[in-house]
Amino acid sequence: MTGPVAVTARPTRSGAPLARRTPVAKIVALALFTTAALLTRDVAALGFALAVTFLAAPLFGITPWGLLRRGWPALLGAGTVVLSLALFAADRSGTVLFAAGPLVITTTVLLNALSLALRLLAIALPSVLVFSTTDPTDLADSLIQHARVSPRFAIGALAAFRLVGLLGDEWQMIAMARRARGIDAGRNPLRWLRLFASTAFGLLVGAIRRGTRLAVAMDARGFDAGLPRTVARPMPWQAADWLLVAAGAALAAAIQLIAHR
Amino acid sequence: MIELEGYGWRHAGRRAWAVRGLDLRIERGERVLLLGPSGAGKSTLLHALAGLLPQDSGEAEGTIRIAAGRAGTRPVPAVGIVFQDPQSQLVMSRAGDEVAFGLENLGRPPEQIWPRVDEVLDRVGFPYPRDRATDALSGGEQQRLVLAGALAPAPELLLLDEPTANLDPAGAALVRQALRDAVGADTTVVLVEHRIAEVLELVTRVVVLEPGGGVREDIPPHLLTGPLGAELAAAGVWVPGHPAAARRAAGPPGEVLLSTHDLRVRHLAYPDTTLYAGQALAVTGPNGSGKSTLALALGGLLAPASGEVRGPDGPPHRWRARTLAGRIGSVFQNPEQQFVTASVRDELALGGTPPGRIDELLTRLRLDHLAGANPFTLSGGEARRLSVATALAARPRLLILDEPTFGQDRRTWLELVDLLAGLRDDGHGIVTVTHDPDVVDTLADRVLRLEAAP
Repeated sequence: MTGPVAVTARPTRSGAPLARRTPVAKIVALALFTTAALLTRDVAALGFALAVTFLAAPLFGITPWGLLRRGWPALLGAGTVVLSLALFAADRSGTVLFAAGPLVITTTVLLNALSLALRLLAIALPSVLVFSTTDPTDLADSLIQHARVSPRFAIGALAAFRLVGLLGDEWQMIAMARRARGIDAGRNPLRWLRLFASTAFGLLVGAIRRGTRLAVAMDARGFDAGLPRTVARPMPWQAADWLLVAAGAALAAAIQLIAHR
Repeated sequence: MIELEGYGWRHAGRRAWAVRGLDLRIERGERVLLLGPSGAGKSTLLHALAGLLPQDSGEAEGTIRIAAGRAGTRPVPAVGIVFQDPQSQLVMSRAGDEVAFGLENLGRPPEQIWPRVDEVLDRVGFPYPRDRATDALSGGEQQRLVLAGALAPAPELLLLDEPTANLDPAGAALVRQALRDAVGADTTVVLVEHRIAEVLELVTRVVVLEPGGGVREDIPPHLLTGPLGAELAAAGVWVPGHPAAARRAAGPPGEVLLSTHDLRVRHLAYPDTTLYAGQALAVTGPNGSGKSTLALALGGLLAPASGEVRGPDGPPHRWRARTLAGRIGSVFQNPEQQFVTASVRDELALGGTPPGRIDELLTRLRLDHLAGANPFTLSGGEARRLSVATALAARPRLLILDEPTFGQDRRTWLELVDLLAGLRDDGHGIVTVTHDPDVVDTLADRVLRLEAAP
């Protein structure tokens, strides 16, 4: 059969100063930063958060332009928010900037739309920075060593994640198998929906069977057998990791200060 | 080392015992090949030896005892096991981490882990550095890595459940070489394999299980010839020196069913070829030469990148699915990917097969007693027969099969080859992608050998 093709671009290890920080430190800093962004509607504060994100991107080994490219779904989402608020917002107070029939764009409409769109970006883009530079194996190791997550969960999720990469191929095979059996949707949307559902079900059945086999193979290798587990890839928590968390906290505070100025 | 007395196991929800009345004693360092036709309980026995049959998953009788004989070893796992499919055994995404996984689970001191990983990878002949992505390996390389993972904790007992059944001949040879080089002399080995000619030199003892219970034969490997060999071959065991009779086409090929012209699919270029009614074509070649991709393109399931597949009414990939199924039947490598419904009968009825045709196919492929069974609970041989039956449902003239004989025991294999030869002699065109030299020897009227992509 065809070789396995990863459906998503897998994050790679990079030597950039922030990219190689301990995953748990990155995630804690990210959580502080994005929580502060989530809690504000102030355009200046959100603009500050975004500016910081783009300035920090090179420290993660990603150019600002590369960040925009990787974050395109978020950009699309932000565009959709602006458009739909411009069309459907209930609060149309403030100065009228533009009016054409029922469409009335006022300063309030624009400001609300801008704030929502910026908030979406200020949460999504920093997350893209952190997760696209974090190797899944490193993440699992760090969760076990620094966040006391049980290996049963972290390694189990990691193994499952590996199988997810195979699902794209599997989907294609099932879809082709359906066609070979004489089943296609043609132009009928209802049949298309039914076919989609049955293909998804086939995928699920296959995933469960494969997952079960993998679980047996892991059991056979003593996984979760009640012995104290050691760590082959020790990951020291360094001063720089504390610094990253502190920077995350400081930036979060700055966002809130700008918002309540 | 291993002692079984009257051992039996019945899976929960089944009426028949998977194994029963088994008396067997295996000493340290023995290399045992476990034989028996499909359904004789070989896999169940391996699972039992590996401690992978939880008490709540069935019912046991008799006793099973595995002595942890070596001084200073821990109880778990003195046993390592390798299964058929490498993809569903690999846990980690980098090769070195994969081998280290078992050592971490056993709580080995971190400073001992990496030297041991390097040593085992070297012993199985793994040719890449530790950070090689496991997804980028061929099947044979992955299976060698799985073997390294099983050997890393230095198990006293190594269980191998058809470790080469899913591999091409080159990959299978890699794994056998690794077994020869990497398994220590005091490691006890129990191996299940259908294709035994190549593994006989690796074992010191052959145990044949009787379907329904007990041990049928317990002999040294060189005795596996003569009348006993013939008897075992008849019972479905692959025995060397019992080739299947050739089934050549009775007459000259009929009309042209499909032809290819300057065909390229994905990034691969193919030589021009023509498929005729009443002829069996075998497509061979190493992994990565694009055999399966060619089968999909011929079957109208993949669009060519350039060039064309020409049928009587234009290119097959443009036909509506209904039309396609009536002209070309495709049988995939993994039958499970083809099953859609909850019963064998529904599976055949899919796409509007008339009831008379369904009954005919059920009888012809000996599935009539399974009409109500769930396709996903069928044995390997039954699932294969059902996938062939579904491809035949809409009466296509051309049948395209991808590795139909993978992992089949001898009886199912003979049945399949017989069935395909019969279809060909009825005027069907047959294309079979295969690694199996016996399929080429017995069935193929013509061979298309693809070379590895540069």
